[in-house]
Amino acid sequence: MKGLAFDVSHLLAGGLVLVSFMLLYQDRLYALLNTFALQAVVLSLSVAWQAYVQDADHLYVTAFIAFAFKAIIIPIALHRIIVQLGIHRDVENVVGVGPTMMAGLALVALSEVVMLRIASDADVLAREDLAFALSVVLLGLLMMVVRHNAVSMVVGFMSLENGLILAAAGAKGMPLVVEVSVAFSVLVALVVIGVFLFRISERFESIDAEALDSFRGSR
Amino acid sequence: MSFAPDATIVLLALPAAAAALLAVLPSYRLSAALNVAAALAAFVASASLFVSAPPPNAYILIDDLNVVFIVLNTFIGFTASVFSATYIAHEIETGRLTPDHLRFYHAMYQFLLFSMNLALIANNIGLMWVAIELATLTTVLMVGIYRTQAAIEAAWKYFILGSVGIALALFGTILIYMAAQPVVGEGVPAMLWTSLIAHAPQFDPALLDLAFVFLLLGYGTKVGLAPLHAWLPDAHAEGPTPISAVLSGLLLNVALYAVLRFKLLLDANARALAPGPLMATLGLVSVVFAAFMLYRRRDVKRMFAYSSIEHMGIIVFAFGVGGPLANFAALLHMAMHSLTKSAIFYTVGQIAQVKGTQQIAEIRGLTVSHPLLGWSLVFGVFAIVGLPPMGVFMSEFLIVSSTFARTPGLALALAIGLLLALGALVLRMQGMAFGAPAGSTAPAKSSALPILAHFALVLIAGVYLPPPLVTWFQHVAQLLR
Repeated sequence: MKGLAFDVSHLLAGGLVLVSFMLLYQDRLYALLNTFALQAVVLSLSVAWQAYVQDADHLYVTAFIAFAFKAIIIPIALHRIIVQLGIHRDVENVVGVGPTMMAGLALVALSEVVMLRIASDADVLAREDLAFALSVVLLGLLMMVVRHNAVSMVVGFMSLENGLILAAAGAKGMPLVVEVSVAFSVLVALVVIGVFLFRISERFESIDAEALDSFRGSR
Repeated sequence: MSFAPDATIVLLALPAAAAALLAVLPSYRLSAALNVAAALAAFVASASLFVSAPPPNAYILIDDLNVVFIVLNTFIGFTASVFSATYIAHEIETGRLTPDHLRFYHAMYQFLLFSMNLALIANNIGLMWVAIELATLTTVLMVGIYRTQAAIEAAWKYFILGSVGIALALFGTILIYMAAQPVVGEGVPAMLWTSLIAHAPQFDPALLDLAFVFLLLGYGTKVGLAPLHAWLPDAHAEGPTPISAVLSGLLLNVALYAVLRFKLLLDANARALAPGPLMATLGLVSVVFAAFMLYRRRDVKRMFAYSSIEHMGIIVFAFGVGGPLANFAALLHMAMHSLTKSAIFYTVGQIAQVKGTQQIAEIRGLTVSHPLLGWSLVFGVFAIVGLPPMGVFMSEFLIVSSTFARTPGLALALAIGLLLALGALVLRMQGMAFGAPAGSTAPAKSSALPILAHFALVLIAGVYLPPPLVTWFQHVAQLLR
C-alpha cells in the first residue's frame, strides 16, 4: 500500500510538472486556457490523493476548491473576457520555444537537486512532492517572464499558485487556514485582474502588457 | 489590566468595522472625519500596549518587538488620515476623483490599516502571510485609483511583482512548517511564532536555510530591496500621495517585520545559515543602487520613492550586520525614516497639488511663493539625507560607526552610498526650493499640521531621545541579537 500511495502521488505531481511544460509553448489563448484547466484537474486529483493517503479530510475541500475554481470557473471567465475583448483569435509570439523549454528543464533540475539534498531526513513522499512543487513554481515564474500578454501572465501566475497548493498539500497536517486562504486569494486576485483587464482594454484597446511598457512616465 | 486584552481587538475590529461603514457612507466629508477618528482610536489603543500587553494566544502575539512597529504604524496611519482628509477635498475640486472613488478610497484605507495591524499582531505565520497579501491587494487597488495610463501601469506592475513576491513568501512559509512539523508536531502549533521560536534549535537547518532564502526574496520584494524594487517607484509616483506616505512609512516596515521574525528563527538555530550576511548584502546593494538612481529622477515623488529604497536598504543592512548597537540604530532609523519620509510625502503632495505637476523641472522657488511648503521641503530633505541635528543623522551615524568597528570595508561602501544620495537630493531640492518662483502661486489648501508634527518629532529625537524609549529600543535590539 505504501508503495502504491507513493507511486500514485509521484505520478500526479509529475503530471503537474509536465502540464507546466505544456503551458510554456501554447501560443493560442484558448489552448492556453484549456491547458491551464487541465493542470487544475491534475492538481485537484493530486490533492485529493494526498487527502486519501494522509487521511486528512480537509484536503478534499482544497481539492474541490481547486477543481471548481481553477478548472471550471476561472477558465470560463477568462474565455468570456478574451471573447469580449475580441482577442481570442490572436496568436501570441512565443519567443524561442526551444530555449524556453531548455530553461524550464534547467529549473526543474535545479529544484530537484536543491530539494532532494536539503530535505534528506524528511519523509520521502513529502520531499518528492516538495521538489515537484518547486518545479511548478519556477516554471510558473518562467512563464510570467517570457510572456507579454496580460492573460498569459495571469495564467502563469495561477500555475505558480498551483505549485504552492501542491506544496501545502504535501506538508503533512498543515492547517486548512492556509489552503483556503490561498484559494480565496486567487479568487480575489482574479477579481482584481478582471478589473484591470477591463480598464486596460478601455484605455488601450489591447491587453498586450508591452503596450503598457511603452509608456514609461517621467522617471 | 482589563483594558489590555481589548487593545488588540480594538486594533483589528475597529478598522474592519470602519471599513465596512465607510464603504456605504455617501458623504466624503463625513467619511474623511470618520477615517481620522478611527485611525486616532487605533493609535490610542496601540499606545496602551506599551503599558500592558495581553499574553500570547493561538492568534495574537504582542511582544516588545512588534509593539514598536504597531505604535509607529498606527501613529503614521493617523497623521496620514489627517493629511488625506484635506488632500482629497482638493482632488474632488480638480475633478481627479469622484465622490464614489472616495467612498472606495476611505473603505480601502481602513481595510489597509486592518490588514497591516493583523500582520503585525498575528502569532501564526500563515495568518501573517494572508494579512500581508490582503495589504498588497488593497494597495494595488489604491495605486490604480486615478485610472490614468500611468496609474494603471504602476498598479499592474505592482500587482504582478507583489504577487510573485507574496507567492515566494508562501513557499518559504510552507518550508518553515515542514521544518517545524517533525519537532513541534502536526497542525497549528507548527505555525505559531511562540512555539517556532522555542523549538527552532532542533529544526532541520537545511530546510530553514532554503525557507529563509524564499522568505527574504518574497517579503524582500515588498520591502523594496534592489533588485526586486521595480514596483516601488511607480506605485509611489502614480497613486494618491497619502498612499505614497502610507506605503513608504508603513507597508515597507510591515514586510521588514516579517523578515526580522524569520531572521530570529535562523539566529536561534546554531547549525543554520547566518542570515545576517544575506541581508547586509541586499541592503548594501539597495543603498548604492538607489543612490545612483536618484540623480536621474525628474518626478519628485519618484525621487523620494528611490530615497525610500535607499533607506530600507540602510535598515536591512544594519539588521544584517547585527549586534546590539547596529540593531538599536536600525530600529531608530526605521522610526525616523517613517516619520520623515511620510512628512516629505505630505509636503510633496501639497506642492504637486498647488503646482499641478510632479515634474521637478517645473517646480521652482517654493520658499518664495509658498514659504511654509518650501521650507518644509528644505527641512525634510536635510532631515532625510542625515544632516545633524535631526534623528536620521543620529541613527545613520550609529550604523556607520558600529559597522566601521567590525567591517570597515562595508562601512565605507555604505558611507559612499549615503553621500551620493545626499548629493542628489540636495541638488534637486535646491532647484525646487530656491530661485524665482515658477507656475501657480495659489495658496496651499491642505493642513500643514501633520508635517510640522512629524518634523518636530524627528528634531526632538535627534536632540534628545527620552530614556524610557532608549531602554525599550535597547531591549529589543538585544532580543534581535
